[in-house]
Amino acid sequence: MNTEAVPGLVAVLAVTVATVAIGTWGLRFSRTTSDFFVASRTVRPGLNASAIGGEYLSAASFLGIAGLLLVGGADMLWYPVGWTAGYLVLLVLVAAPLRRSGAYTLPDFAEARLGSAWVRAASSLLVVGVGWLYLVPQFKGAGITLESAIGAPEWVGPVIVGLVVLVNVMSGGMRSITFVQAFQYWLKLTAILVPAMVLLVVWWGDGRPAGSSAGDAWSVPVAGDGSIGLYSTYSLIIALFLGTMGLPHVVVRFYTNPDGRGARRTTLAVLALLGLFYVWPPVYAALGRVYGDDLVSDGHADVLVLELPRLMVEGIGGELLTGLVTAGAFAAFLSTASGLAIAVSGVLTQDVTSRLVGERGTRDPGGSIATAFRLAAAVAVVVPLLVALVVGEVGVAESVGLAFAVAASTFCPLLVLGIWWRGLTDAGALAGLAAGGLGAGGAAVLNLAGVNASGWTGALLAQPAAWSVPLAFAVMVLVSLATASRAPAHAQRFLVRLHTPETLGAERS
Amino acid sequence: MQGRLWRRGHLGSDAERATFRALHQASLASPALREGLTTSSAERAIRHLRSLLGTPALAITDTEAVLAWDGVGGHHLDQAAVVGLLAIEKGSTRTVDRGQLGCTEPGCPVRTGVVSPLIVDGRVLGTVQAFSPSPTAGLVRATEEVAQWVSGQLELAELDAHRNRMIEAEVRALRAQISPHFVYNSLNAIASFVRTDPDRARDLLVEFADFTRYSFRRHGEFTTLAEELNSIERYLLLEQARFGDRLRVTLNVAPEVLPVVVPFLCIQPLVENAVRHGLEGADQIGLLTINAHDRGHEAVIEVEDNGVGEDPERVRRALAGDSSLDSVGLGNVDARLRTTFGDDYGLVVETAPGAGTKVIVRVPKFAPGVAVDGVRG
Repeated sequence: MNTEAVPGLVAVLAVTVATVAIGTWGLRFSRTTSDFFVASRTVRPGLNASAIGGEYLSAASFLGIAGLLLVGGADMLWYPVGWTAGYLVLLVLVAAPLRRSGAYTLPDFAEARLGSAWVRAASSLLVVGVGWLYLVPQFKGAGITLESAIGAPEWVGPVIVGLVVLVNVMSGGMRSITFVQAFQYWLKLTAILVPAMVLLVVWWGDGRPAGSSAGDAWSVPVAGDGSIGLYSTYSLIIALFLGTMGLPHVVVRFYTNPDGRGARRTTLAVLALLGLFYVWPPVYAALGRVYGDDLVSDGHADVLVLELPRLMVEGIGGELLTGLVTAGAFAAFLSTASGLAIAVSGVLTQDVTSRLVGERGTRDPGGSIATAFRLAAAVAVVVPLLVALVVGEVGVAESVGLAFAVAASTFCPLLVLGIWWRGLTDAGALAGLAAGGLGAGGAAVLNLAGVNASGWTGALLAQPAAWSVPLAFAVMVLVSLATASRAPAHAQRFLVRLHTPETLGAERS
Repeated sequence: MQGRLWRRGHLGSDAERATFRALHQASLASPALREGLTTSSAERAIRHLRSLLGTPALAITDTEAVLAWDGVGGHHLDQAAVVGLLAIEKGSTRTVDRGQLGCTEPGCPVRTGVVSPLIVDGRVLGTVQAFSPSPTAGLVRATEEVAQWVSGQLELAELDAHRNRMIEAEVRALRAQISPHFVYNSLNAIASFVRTDPDRARDLLVEFADFTRYSFRRHGEFTTLAEELNSIERYLLLEQARFGDRLRVTLNVAPEVLPVVVPFLCIQPLVENAVRHGLEGADQIGLLTINAHDRGHEAVIEVEDNGVGEDPERVRRALAGDSSLDSVGLGNVDARLRTTFGDDYGLVVETAPGAGTKVIVRVPKFAPGVAVDGVRG
């Protein structure tokens, strides 16, 4: 370790301490207040939106996008656009009805809508799958960050983040404290915005040099290779637009809203906050075209955001900015990984471990639930951690893209049809989940395993959403039509509840 | 089933296996019958009852019509309703011979029948009818026993229904339970402010009005934790107007759990108990703490007082439904939480004489069929 490592190390420590401290302090704060009307204060949309943003902006957003743009050019802009626009689809089609359904998790929604234990089990399985697929790149990103910031071996980052998350989740320190996650959003925004401003000033001072190799191909918003490139681009757009609604850690946050209207306002605020954040990674990429050519040739594009301040600003200033972006990146892993670990272990607790522990016949139900949650948390973190350590080079943003593809091919049809079509049956949902899950999930596993096909096969595997999403929709609709007699008896009533504003409460019953 | 048991080979003699089979069939029929005597329950139970009796055809009727028919000879359906009336009239087991069944179809095994009434509390609810090619004394006896067993199950079903109705009645009673003392004392406390602090008196009156509106609410089995806590806050404001500094309240609620759906009036009785316990000691200050925490897929609500505490054994009896104790709300809240969310979610009470009382309620954030507007499904 050398002196260059100091700011990075300090930043990582500071973020960890601040996160844990706010968790504790936030708790204390509410303890000493005997504010009488605290109960009438539900979480406001703005705060909840910050919390969603804090949990949502992952390593892929903070590090991945800038790197992808640097190498791949403008067609990679679809990542930030899609990650934001996903909330637009969520806002229009899902947010308010999902809140009114009273479901806390996606399996809850499946059970409430279809009344089938099998669909619930399938949804739980998929939540765990999507969560793990999303966690792997977070751990990978942590490895890259610590390698770049303090020169640690690549396995150190994943293990540290894994341990911090595990301790946090198990002790309940960070568990669904809206305040902590909201803090993470503003930390990340600061960490990417302030250095970007400084770097822009530096660039201006240098006489606004143009990029050395900014050719035409770089600025075309469609991937190269003719029709294959076009397919890949559209497939990516579908995955990102439709996948957001199926992310387990996002869905549980909507429960905090008091009603459907609150859910809509929260989603709107999330759109604004994400838009504000995603302006900045492309700025890093554009500056990287000017100052960071070495990174492209070295194949280290993922660390662009971390390295750029050091490349552009000499001395202590550069070190400070590096410390700041490192802090932001580390916050990104911590908050997203915690949110995902909590969501996955919540589902594991409800559907797996509480039964295992319960069977042992403990006399104190509260104690056995706590044991079950700890067990689930350990499983939820350790499995993707091992995968992250074993699999080779994976692009952070690409593998998050795969998690989106699986979510878009499974939960998107389930939610959209479940909310808007009364003909959905349990058999149809099950068949559709299986088709979408096996299709997109299989492609994702092949990708992670390092299978590299070329041409159309490669494109279909790398970006499965364009075929797997329509496939899942079609299977779900056709099987539902074939088993129309199995449609749940309460479907009509349930849909009325989903679509009736709460202000009409009297007529709802 | 038979083959598998045989292979295991150590389940005892033929007689023992026959007993086991009979008990097993009975246990299969039991859950349906525990819902009461309806077409759907009869249809689900009749298959198991027929294999219990081993007859070619079996029918279950209520006092008017055939509810279910299992086995061959469905063309006798109309006659079954008629012969059923016979047994219902007499209130005892009858046999039916060839003449009465008058079958013209060759090879139809429904030649004779045994009709046995289902009697619960001295009332005839229906009949069980077993049909066979020829009458045997064994079949008469067996049918009679089966009818008696079914009657027993139906009796249990009625008990279940009674219990549910009782819980509903208790909820209604809880709503109307605002004690006359509370009304009297609150109004007196408000009156004492009318001259000295008219604004406060007015605010308190509004709180009192809102409190009664919530508590007397008629519709809906469920409410949100936010609404329940709002009502509790009003209640505590009124109590504080009366007791002043003698009652100190700390409320500590995680905003994430406010939208959780809970049974109507499931926390308020606990708070009323805590206030009463906390102020029981003559000169001590009553400290009341209400906490609501977020625990992932559950919310945990704790109501704690520093009062005289209680013998754990008495609390256990109160939870078991012994109404001679003065914590009436406790058993009711416990029973409603269990019926709504399952036995894992009963009340937990931590107490000892002189050590105060802490009541812990756990509520899942989602449970199928639980929603604020009371739509179950």
